[in-house]
Amino acid sequence: MTTPGDSASEIWPLWEVFVRSNRGLSHVHVGSLHAPDETLAVRNARDLYTRRGEGVSVWVVPAAAITTSDPDAKGAFFESSAGKNYRHASYYSKSEGVKHL
Amino acid sequence: MSEDTVSIDSARADADDHGHVAVAVTTLDAELIEGPSLATPDVAEYALWLGDDALVLAQQLGAWISRAPELEEDVALGNVALDLIGHARSLLHYAGTATNRTEDDLAYWRTEPDFRSLHIVEQPNGDFAHTIARQFVVSHYVFELYSRLRASADQTLAAIAAKAVKEVDYHRDHATQWMLRLAQGTDESRRRMITALSDLWPYVDEIFRDEPLIDRLEGIAVRPSSLRPAFDAAIAPVFAEAEVELPNGFVASGGGRIGKHSEHLAFLLAEMQVLTRAHPGASW
Repeated sequence: MTTPGDSASEIWPLWEVFVRSNRGLSHVHVGSLHAPDETLAVRNARDLYTRRGEGVSVWVVPAAAITTSDPDAKGAFFESSAGKNYRHASYYSKSEGVKHL
Repeated sequence: MSEDTVSIDSARADADDHGHVAVAVTTLDAELIEGPSLATPDVAEYALWLGDDALVLAQQLGAWISRAPELEEDVALGNVALDLIGHARSLLHYAGTATNRTEDDLAYWRTEPDFRSLHIVEQPNGDFAHTIARQFVVSHYVFELYSRLRASADQTLAAIAAKAVKEVDYHRDHATQWMLRLAQGTDESRRRMITALSDLWPYVDEIFRDEPLIDRLEGIAVRPSSLRPAFDAAIAPVFAEAEVELPNGFVASGGGRIGKHSEHLAFLLAEMQVLTRAHPGASW
């Protein structure tokens, strides 16, 4: 699998963008962009993904630095939990006041 | 274009909050309304200076949409243009209070001798380096200006400046980042950046000239000549890091503040104003 930006004909490498919308929440992947270096990647991320007040913090990560699971190995990776509901904590009652479970 | 295509389509305008842009209504933020709401003729003239600079530059940057070197830069320049439109709207709205004209009256129904913008903002976009050189000069100047205008005795001008200065700070950073990269990139990008700076530099002098209007607005306006040392100090480290000599050529005659413009402005205004003049009162 090739990453956009890796070949000589594509000068600007690809970056993945993570935005934290509020203090206390996690950074969430919002999309990707091209930028020549990390300094401009953060600025491009600001321009592309936070202009309507979406964020208080931005991370950019070189797409090439992300190791992904193999789409062809979906079965081996993710299917074993299907049909085994004893793996889920669905039989416990949730404590009052716990919002993000 | 038929009349129908520019008529108000309220159903569509209300369809979602994402694409709905109410350009026909001027709504200044609360802090801009609380101060003295009517500008004196001198304050209005000064607001025109600053508003016209922002408006003309915004129109210039809009021409980069779909033409920038990369998609990301399209958006970046578009964002800067939108910020400048916001500044122009506030300033022209305020200027219009002196003569009972709207921001649209001032933007669309004046001809070039009535515009008070500086010559540097009407210089052509040129290549990307020329646009960056122009942004670099103007945003550094405007940042120093708005930083001080926050303390203006005119509360409306002070409020507009306080809001705008944060955005201009980003414009300044954007232009600086690009100037460094172009100057230190390839031989070709460096050649273009140096050419652009030397092409634009004749128009820097006009920015810092004091007109008689400034003497009548003591404590309200910022004296342009007083900004030069701060401007020089702010740009010097960037030139040093870029390893570029400060251009040192001839000085253009200027005259933008008294309505004397180069041939570039009329073409820019013609494009900006054509739709409004073809369909007076239209909104969409």
